[in-house]
Amino acid sequence: MAASVAPPAPQARVDRAHGAGTAIAFCIMVALLAVAPFVVYPVFLMQALCFALFACAFNLLVGYAGLLSFGHALFFGWASYLCAHAAKRWGFPPEAAVLFGTASAGVLGAAAGFLAIRRQGIYFAMITLALAQMMYFVALRAPFTGGEDGIQDVPRGRLFGLFDLSHEMTMYVFVLVMVIAGFLFIYRVINSPFGEVLKAIRENEPRAISLGYRTERYKLVAFVLSATFAGLAGALKALVFQLASLTDVYWTMSGEVVLMTLVGGLGTIFGPVVGAFLIVAMETYLAQLGQWVLVIQGAIFVVCVLVFRRGIVGELARALRVSL
Amino acid sequence: MFEIFGVPSQALFGQLLIGLINGSFYALLSLGLAVIFGMLNVINFTHGAQYMMGAFAAYLLLQYLGLNYWVALVVVPLLVGASGMLVERLFLQYVRQLDHLYGLILTFGLALVIEGLFRNYFGSSGEPYQPPDLLQGGQNLGFMFLPNYRAWVIVFSLVVCFVTWFVIERTRLGSYLRAATENPALVRAFGINVPRMVTLTYGFGVGLAALAGVMAAPIYNVSPQMGSDVIIVVFAVVVIGGMGSILGAIITGFALGIIEGLTKVFFPEASSTVIFVIMAIVLLIRPTGLFGRTA
Repeated sequence: MAASVAPPAPQARVDRAHGAGTAIAFCIMVALLAVAPFVVYPVFLMQALCFALFACAFNLLVGYAGLLSFGHALFFGWASYLCAHAAKRWGFPPEAAVLFGTASAGVLGAAAGFLAIRRQGIYFAMITLALAQMMYFVALRAPFTGGEDGIQDVPRGRLFGLFDLSHEMTMYVFVLVMVIAGFLFIYRVINSPFGEVLKAIRENEPRAISLGYRTERYKLVAFVLSATFAGLAGALKALVFQLASLTDVYWTMSGEVVLMTLVGGLGTIFGPVVGAFLIVAMETYLAQLGQWVLVIQGAIFVVCVLVFRRGIVGELARALRVSL
Repeated sequence: MFEIFGVPSQALFGQLLIGLINGSFYALLSLGLAVIFGMLNVINFTHGAQYMMGAFAAYLLLQYLGLNYWVALVVVPLLVGASGMLVERLFLQYVRQLDHLYGLILTFGLALVIEGLFRNYFGSSGEPYQPPDLLQGGQNLGFMFLPNYRAWVIVFSLVVCFVTWFVIERTRLGSYLRAATENPALVRAFGINVPRMVTLTYGFGVGLAALAGVMAAPIYNVSPQMGSDVIIVVFAVVVIGGMGSILGAIITGFALGIIEGLTKVFFPEASSTVIFVIMAIVLLIRPTGLFGRTA
């Protein structure tokens, strides 16, 4: 069974350095993100933040429960569509539209997770990929999604009727607060007794079953949580770009989130954030290269798997002997 | 002309034929996946890209060397199979002892590289490829028109499937292969070169994908994304059939192709999703797949 996804650092050191290292890294991250919009184009930052949350949600499943989903675009993309639809056609205020998109992703996650956790390992990956592809075709055909055009000109609206989100800075603060909240929630889940059981399942599922844990329930809850936060990321992205499109439900998007998490470090807390910023930056700056982006992405996958399995943050944590 | 369930026979049998053709490709591709998985413990995400390489190789041989379809049918699986063996030696051998998911991610990355390279050189519009002269035209069977080339694809892929099944289940070489799948260490102890068998098996599975690609070239346009379109459906086919049985993979492939074809006649909106829906139903009723052994 599963050789561990992320090789853990020696336990004694981890315990001592755990709180301090994570707290310092978290403060640095928040400080950087607070200053960043004055230096970097805010829309780029918001895009990267949405992907960071998406990757964190994905990492909860693959890094801690050892379940590789190749279909997370399903939750990201559908939440994006439903949030956009609620905001544009039903005139929902932004907070309600985001909530609606996120909750729908949770429901979709419950359905997809219920099917997918019936099989393990590579079958799990193939099932999630197939289910996501099915929902891609549904999105392609469904009348409300606008087919190839997507849902355009989604209004950002006024948050709680007070803050005008069409202002870039206000929108940035809203996205930042939501993403940080999601990040902290996921961190809390990982470090809860529930999270410990997930790690036990990742390391040795038969053993966890023999200890009396109903592992399929834990896996389902982890799946639903992961789908829900992937949905929150997708819903936010719909408001940031004022657009929901087929790109967000296509299998390439599922691959991209795998790439971000892998580059940053599977099973690390900050890895997905670092990976998301790097990959989004790479795609932004290399956009004029066209199809070469695909080749470069593929090459990064290959290199990461062969020589760099811990990812950037994983290697950093190992060098500094802390848990990040 | 007559009607069945209110559908003209031409349309019904026409879609049934398309279903059988798609089924042939599903069967060939899932067969290759199953053979590779049995031996390497890797789900070969590159399979779709290698199928696409097969189609492009046939196109390029005709375009630049003037080598026709029949030559391509022999040469291309060997060429692409050899490239597969290179991939196994260069990359895959290092992930075999790791968790399954690394093999999947690695082959996914390779698929992106290959697809990206082909898109750079050939664009994404696709190139036409004529069926060979010998198989031009078709037969009028009274209830439908049967193009010769399509009949050939169905018959030939059945033959290839049967030969593969026979080699693996009924010959000495196949028994080594099955034994090495069960217990590689013991087979090695008997003096059989298992790593070389692994490389050859991967090459064979890739060769099957390339063969399917050559056969597909005259039917679909030869385009860089033809592989990624089909591979996800093939994954669903593999989940439905389970990878434990060679015969299971073949039967499931053809059956799902036919079901998909029939759906196009009676409920066209669902034709692109029907295989995934069947997968969901199978997972609910029989989680190990129709022909799967309990995991």
